[in-house]
Amino acid sequence: MSLANLNPQQPKTAEMAEHMAEVKGRSLWADARVRFVRNKAAMVSLVVLILVFLFAFFGHLLTPYDNETIDWNVLGNVAKVGQPSFENRHYFGFDDSGRDLYSRVVQGTQISLMVGIVGAMIAVIVGTIYGAVAGFVGGRIDNAMMRFVDIAMSIPYMFVLILLLVVFGRSIGMLFVGIGLTAWLDMSRIVRGQTLSIKNKEFIEAAVATGVRTPTIIRRHIVPNLLGVVVVYATLLVPQMILTESFISFLGLGVQEPLTSWGALISQGTSTMNYGTLWQLFFPLAFFVVTIFAFFFIGDGLRDALDPKDR
Amino acid sequence: MKITMRAALLASAVAFASPALAAGTGPNGEPLADDQTFTYRVLDEHSSVDPQIVEDVSGSEIVRDLFEGLYNQDADGNLVPGVALSHELSEDRMTYTFKLRPEAKWSDGTPVTAGDFVYGWQRLADPETASPYQWFVSVMNLKNAEAITAGEMGVEELGVKAIDDHTLEVTLESPMTYFPLTTTHASTFPSPKWVIDEHGADWTKPENIVVNGAYILTEHVPQERSVRERNEMYWDNEGTIIDKVTALVINDENVALTRYLAGELDRTEVPAGQYPSLKEQYPDQALSFPRLCNYYFNFNLSDMGPEATQDVRVRQALSLAVNRDIIVENVLQGGQFPAYTFTPAATANFEVPEIEYANWTQAERDARAKELLAEAGYGPDNPLELTYLYNTSEAHKKIAIAVSQMWKQTLGVNVTLENQEWKTFLETRGNHDFEIARGAWCGDYNEASTFLDLVQTESGYNDAAYSNAEVDQLLKEAKAMDDPQPNYTRVEEILSEEMPVIPIYHYAGVYMMVPEISGSWPVQNVEQNWYSKDLYKVAE
Amino acid sequence: MLSFIIRRMAVAIPTLLVLVVASFYLMQFAPGGPFTSERPLPQQVLDNIEAKYGLDQPTWKQLLDYVGGIVTQFDFGPSYKYKDRTVNDIIAQGFPVTLTYGTISFVLAILVGGALGIAAAIRQNSWLDYFAVGITIGAQVLPNFVMAPILILVFSLWLGWLPGGGWNGGQWDHVIMPVIALSTSYMASIARLTRSSMLEVLRSNFIRTARAKGLPDRTIIWRHALKPTLLPVVSYLGPAFVGMVTGSFIIDTIFSTGGVGYFYVNAAFNRDYAVMMGLTILLGSMTILFNMVVDILYAWIDPKIRL
Repeated sequence: MSLANLNPQQPKTAEMAEHMAEVKGRSLWADARVRFVRNKAAMVSLVVLILVFLFAFFGHLLTPYDNETIDWNVLGNVAKVGQPSFENRHYFGFDDSGRDLYSRVVQGTQISLMVGIVGAMIAVIVGTIYGAVAGFVGGRIDNAMMRFVDIAMSIPYMFVLILLLVVFGRSIGMLFVGIGLTAWLDMSRIVRGQTLSIKNKEFIEAAVATGVRTPTIIRRHIVPNLLGVVVVYATLLVPQMILTESFISFLGLGVQEPLTSWGALISQGTSTMNYGTLWQLFFPLAFFVVTIFAFFFIGDGLRDALDPKDR
Repeated sequence: MKITMRAALLASAVAFASPALAAGTGPNGEPLADDQTFTYRVLDEHSSVDPQIVEDVSGSEIVRDLFEGLYNQDADGNLVPGVALSHELSEDRMTYTFKLRPEAKWSDGTPVTAGDFVYGWQRLADPETASPYQWFVSVMNLKNAEAITAGEMGVEELGVKAIDDHTLEVTLESPMTYFPLTTTHASTFPSPKWVIDEHGADWTKPENIVVNGAYILTEHVPQERSVRERNEMYWDNEGTIIDKVTALVINDENVALTRYLAGELDRTEVPAGQYPSLKEQYPDQALSFPRLCNYYFNFNLSDMGPEATQDVRVRQALSLAVNRDIIVENVLQGGQFPAYTFTPAATANFEVPEIEYANWTQAERDARAKELLAEAGYGPDNPLELTYLYNTSEAHKKIAIAVSQMWKQTLGVNVTLENQEWKTFLETRGNHDFEIARGAWCGDYNEASTFLDLVQTESGYNDAAYSNAEVDQLLKEAKAMDDPQPNYTRVEEILSEEMPVIPIYHYAGVYMMVPEISGSWPVQNVEQNWYSKDLYKVAE
Repeated sequence: MLSFIIRRMAVAIPTLLVLVVASFYLMQFAPGGPFTSERPLPQQVLDNIEAKYGLDQPTWKQLLDYVGGIVTQFDFGPSYKYKDRTVNDIIAQGFPVTLTYGTISFVLAILVGGALGIAAAIRQNSWLDYFAVGITIGAQVLPNFVMAPILILVFSLWLGWLPGGGWNGGQWDHVIMPVIALSTSYMASIARLTRSSMLEVLRSNFIRTARAKGLPDRTIIWRHALKPTLLPVVSYLGPAFVGMVTGSFIIDTIFSTGGVGYFYVNAAFNRDYAVMMGLTILLGSMTILFNMVVDILYAWIDPKIRL
């Protein structure tokens, strides 16, 4: 990565500092794992989340029905004959178009989990790097980078999405691009704020004084100290991402019928909640809620586990 | 020869204007409720209340209350006198002379004169006004309309003239039998020149507006509500029963229904699929009646369309496999009508032609559809792949899901559904960049040509890019015919043979309405041109 | 600090200008225009309308005229969709509405969310903590497009206590449901951020030192722990406020409150360019202003941070 690597006989101070940081880093992760495993709420949540994943990817094995075939006898009379039932193996009943809701929830779970996780990852990676660089480097570069964020936050997002649709056409990939475009903005503001404060701490000043290179400082010293906030905020972003998907799909860029997602299922269920088909809201919302709970506790568990001060 | 419509109009005027004077009783002697306010839900904010600018349905409803044109419609959609009492038609059938009501006044006390109509119509035609309904002067076939809209001639050349304060003379480009029908359209209403000159674009604000209709705009909070109240200067103020009308903007139809059930509204739309259960729970409140609109699927017959649907057998097969009964009975469930013709049966003077497959059972249609598709060379080894384009909306989505499944289950056709946001959809469809796309049309006036003109080669709304010289010729001839029905029948027959569009269903208006008001609601008026002055609430 | 504000204001103008230019071109590239309609207008009529609004000019000229109108007359142009209103009218009517329920929600979210978060952190792993965490997650996971219709169902239809929508000049009974629906998820986010930040601060060396010195808990929390705790929360407030304005779309849609949130989204759907631009500039100014306030707050929270 750096020229120094080509010349191992003459290690520089920076290199040494990096090695030291690496050693420390390793113990941090090991420590963290132990602490995470001890956190009951987080472990239970992890199990729940794994179950939701298993449901998403193997749930279809439990049902003879697919997510698109309409039962013509049920269509138009869902409130009366479309209830959840184990006897006819429509465990979650029917949706408003007379399709098996169970297999729709299974398939929607795949999409929404993907969206939530990919969105949060983009936010974490891009937002953290961007914010940390801006905050640490400071000065004009910080100013320019943050003004760019100001602009990106206020630009009419819908037009960006429509333009993506027109230029690239519809695909699942574009959905992630659409999500990713906004996901990192808030994160970068928060990370920058934290960085501004961390940057004045003694250990950073020490690293700067010993001549550690800026990227290394950011990677080895700033980012680990940010992880607490980043993880907690990332879990806050997950539900937001999952719901943003339904807006993107509304514009025609995301998933289309007969494919579905939690956002679409919840919004459909909400529209009919007063018409005697409450299960159409209950099942997708329950999955959404349980998953978000799991993400939150895992986030908190990770935060506690990763807190560098808590060693 | 002079044709006079006076007698006919007068008769209906008498029938209409006589009652309602005894305090506390309605036109037919019903006891009236103490509270005569009417509150209804609108989907979206209205575009304007300026008669020459308004372009949307909810805006036109308000404009019909605030302003009064030459003629109004009664509960059945027939013409009744408005500001005009009657008209005479010259022998060449090109000049109409309207006698105006001398007692009509604007809300500031100024008499309504023929000059106000001349000003309104010239304003409509004027390129400076840039009205989205500027083309309506061409629909009315007014003399020099085309040249004036193109800016080649001054507005004073338009075929409309004030002979005196109460006589209006209209000259047409060529004879057009249904001309009087066009005078109920909001864009033909008079405008107060002195108010527009004084306030400019702000003249429609509640504090400035001057009107000649039964109501005056008293409050307008964009995206929340607009209120209109009794105009004391209106010539038939005595006969007007409803005191105050409020339009509440509620975007979400389910929320609107909740608020209706909570007693906040007198009228709201029924969400798709909810009519049967509401009818069961509230038999005296759920209403359904035919509307002048159709819903259909466009094939793309242009060069850009897919090869498969250029084959008439494929188009026939796809049409036959659509089970319209399921669409109207199980998906929409609001008393809509399965469609086998392009023109709705509710259209005035239109006799629905015999379309062969309309009388088959669905099993027969499905069998025939399979045969046709096999003949065209598609089957399990070579499945047909199509994309269906629609704009994002709950009802369109439900229809798309159902039809795609019908095609898949009956014919093994794989349909990819694609939704787009409205303007993107319009652009895509307008550019013929689709395989099959939804379409819908509501009649501008109550005559079959308003629908059938769409399949003319030159029509601006012919998204299927359908072109048939015989159809064009038949429709052209129909304009000048006294009884165009044989031509219309023939056009419908050709359409059912060549199937450039698949008719799916014809609309119904589906409302929840409080029983106090539903008795006076004009359910027979398929254009749903309703006037608050004709409504009243009966005592329970 | 004054010089900081002046510097930032100076940067704000070019920032807004970049925003205006970028948004303006972005809109032009989107398919469809303000006058694209189901029934395509005859070309002649379309030309007349475009001439009236100056849309027949090249884009750069339109942009210049637009910016010129704002600078010289503070005129943000007409609405192409709501033809008897100008953008100034729409903002003058809608912005106070959004600002009213937005500010109430914002303050409520900060107070309640902050209090819950601090309480949960101080009594970590107690019933209070679980209760607070449970409530906040519950509030967060119920999306507002689900919560809002439920509120109407419960409070308007079943209980009949509150009107199901409208604004009515901001009477209290019309404000309650929008505020609940808008504030809860922000409240929850603030509570969670505060809790986690507070926990982190409570474990830091200087708090341990304070504890070791035997200072009472109350003093430690309020004097020493609170300020650093607020740092990430404050960072969140800038984006959160902007999110509230755009997020108020759902509030305006469901409760018919008539705020700018609805116009912001709908102007995009309608391709109502001038309304879109006006609201984008408004939103951009708010973003810039709020992020500046946040940066000033940083310096107050942590004096080591230089402005």
